[in-house]
Amino acid sequence: MSIAINKRKCIGCGKCRNVCPGTLIKLDVSGKAYIKYPKDCWGCTSCIKECPVYAISFFLGADMGGNGSMVHTEKRDGLLRWVIESPDGKVTNIDIDPKESNKY
Amino acid sequence: MKYEKLTTDLLIIGGGTAGCQAAITVRESSDIKILICEKAHIKRSGCLAAGVNALNAYITEGHTPKDYVEYARKDADGIVRDDLLYSMSERLNKVTKQLEDMGLVILKDENGKYVARGNRNIKINGENIKPLLAAAVEKLPDVTVLNRVNVIDISVTDNKINGAFAIGIENDTFYTIEAKAVMIATGGAAGLYRPNNPGFSRHKMWYPPFNTGAGYAMGIKHGAEMTSLEMRFIALRCKDTIAPTGTLAQGAGAKQINSLGEVYETKYGLTTSERVYGTVNENLEGRGPCYLKTEGISPEKEKSLINAYLNMAPSQTVKWIESGKKISEQNVEIEGTEPYIVGGHTACGFWVDTDRATTISGLFAAGDVAGGCPQKYVTGALAEGEIAALSALRYISENAPTPIPEAEIKAHITETESFLGEDKSVYSTEQLEEAMQTAMDAYAGGIKTNYRFNEKQLDIADMKIRRIEKLSDSLHADDFQELMYIYELRERLTVCRSVIAHLKARHETRWHCFAENLDYPEKDDKNWRKYVNSRLENGEIKIILRELTEEGQRVYEHSHK
Ligand SMILES: Cc1cc2nc3c(=O)[nH]c(=O)nc-3n(C[C@H](O)[C@H](O)[C@H](O)COP(=O)(O)OP(=O)(O)OC[C@H]3O[C@@H](n4cnc5c(N)ncnc54)[C@H](O)[C@@H]3O)c2cc1C
Ligand code: SF4
Ligand code: SF4
Repeated sequence: MSIAINKRKCIGCGKCRNVCPGTLIKLDVSGKAYIKYPKDCWGCTSCIKECPVYAISFFLGADMGGNGSMVHTEKRDGLLRWVIESPDGKVTNIDIDPKESNKY
Repeated sequence: MKYEKLTTDLLIIGGGTAGCQAAITVRESSDIKILICEKAHIKRSGCLAAGVNALNAYITEGHTPKDYVEYARKDADGIVRDDLLYSMSERLNKVTKQLEDMGLVILKDENGKYVARGNRNIKINGENIKPLLAAAVEKLPDVTVLNRVNVIDISVTDNKINGAFAIGIENDTFYTIEAKAVMIATGGAAGLYRPNNPGFSRHKMWYPPFNTGAGYAMGIKHGAEMTSLEMRFIALRCKDTIAPTGTLAQGAGAKQINSLGEVYETKYGLTTSERVYGTVNENLEGRGPCYLKTEGISPEKEKSLINAYLNMAPSQTVKWIESGKKISEQNVEIEGTEPYIVGGHTACGFWVDTDRATTISGLFAAGDVAGGCPQKYVTGALAEGEIAALSALRYISENAPTPIPEAEIKAHITETESFLGEDKSVYSTEQLEEAMQTAMDAYAGGIKTNYRFNEKQLDIADMKIRRIEKLSDSLHADDFQELMYIYELRERLTVCRSVIAHLKARHETRWHCFAENLDYPEKDDKNWRKYVNSRLENGEIKIILRELTEEGQRVYEHSHK
């Protein structure tokens, strides 16, 4: 899997670059973020959770059976919302309460 | 290139689980200088970056550290060190409390007690565990954290540590760091073998692809004794997403079934290696693919699973949603991963004494890089971080620092300059990495051979790895990040050679898949209830067979002390 960064949304804060455990994200000459080594992404979603303007999404690579959905997170009212947009336009939202523990 | 020389009391290599805890522990009782070098950023580096799903090592009510030691000993079929397991187990609950105080959410019952998952696990929301740990470190007074600084070597004279060398990936700096004591907490090694998804998603692996075995390699090169590197770890994972299966199996009670719908796990046994072995065998005998049976689970369980996976391995949740089917309408296909070297799960790593001192004076090891003490997981890595930190503190008060010889600094600078200099290389680092992974896959028991190997194959693997090592001398880097990639490859090659030597040395098959030697397909308790250790001497790996320590033994000291 890997990530895609929407340059139009990116405000160049550099937070995604700071957290990436593989140092894979860089800022281009105009100060916008891009992933320099897309094949080296571990899929940890750290960058996605950092982005204040929800400019980063991840997708499952076609080689691991991906179907083209793009996924990002949003922070709303203390909840972490996972937004899964499928290619046919269907959107699934799942809200996670960070104060709630896993049941399994 | 810029040059910087730093001096500190304690150098911690790797600001992951064990490294962070070590800094926290030292500051509780001492104001010595602490420097953490972290190749990424401590906020989300190493194993904990994505979050974890449970605390896998905890002494639950009605159990004792002894129970935990016995469980770990059984899982590794005897090749463990009780002194290490006890000293770790006795700290598990204390470090858990510390995590809770940092803000980790732990599930509690109506009486305020932690809710157990099975006998040894407790349930948490572990999505933010690394940011919590990092925040605790950042609050400490006078702890210097150098992020994006990758340690490339240690300096050792007469078997005593002097410090280390590092490169600043984002500031093009070469660091020489003198330290009174050094703690290695670089985690285990991924990327030695060809991964499950070798194409675009090559890094969608279980273990962090950025933990490249640097710590093992530095130790090996300087003659530190290593143990049990033949006890590789292969995880049983959800196919494609490589997401954990424990949450489905132990958590939701899903059974391992073959394509005929038969439950096969009971046929092979339930240790980690047996679960993988059973799956491989069912496939070989024509009853694949294998699954975890989630068909028919309740809607309530379904919702909890969707959420639990988002907190630790979100790809699996996405996979379920993309399939357009409910979890209760389809089983989850499972497979084994490529082999990893990881001392938090098996017993491989540095040969340490009870204080987590390696055989090099002043060099300590904790977490996945330290051997002899399997089933550590997050809390065990924290426990070892504490033990190693306290030992380093004692060492610092008793031993004077020694300088890094000038000639050694020069040699390291020359080496980095040559990689950064004129591009004369035929091959890229990526090509050599692929060559290494392909060789290990085919000849040292990778996925391709269902984890099996024989001596002749290992000899071929060794020959190929040595050739790639030579080729790596003339690699070229355009910038410091590429320079790090060269060092990562060379670390992996060093680890590969030792792994091959260890696999070859154990003339038995004690753990299916982890070390499945076709020349010796049976377990041999009479001759092989031994530690296989090794040390590099004059460029060659010397195997040292050691008798097992006693069950219940609480202290082990290195004989050179
Ligand atoms: C995906 C995954 C899920 C897991 N889930 C669970 C779970 O649910 N429950 C559980 O109890 N355990 C779990 N574990 C196990 C547990 O997380 C690890 O055993 C433990 O965190 C290891 O700690 P460590 O300090 O040894 O390594 P890490 O925390 O990985 O720390 C190593 C650090 O060293 C840095 N580093 C490496 N090389 C260098 C270098 N050359 N220079 C500078 N820095 C370097 C790395 O960037 C990293 O920050 C999981 C592990 C993984 C990989
Ligand atoms: S998902 Fe993780 S590894 Fe991939 S780019 Fe983002 S932070 Fe880096
Ligand atoms: S975190 Fe988001 S806004 Fe900030 S640099 Fe990255 S992509 Fe751009």
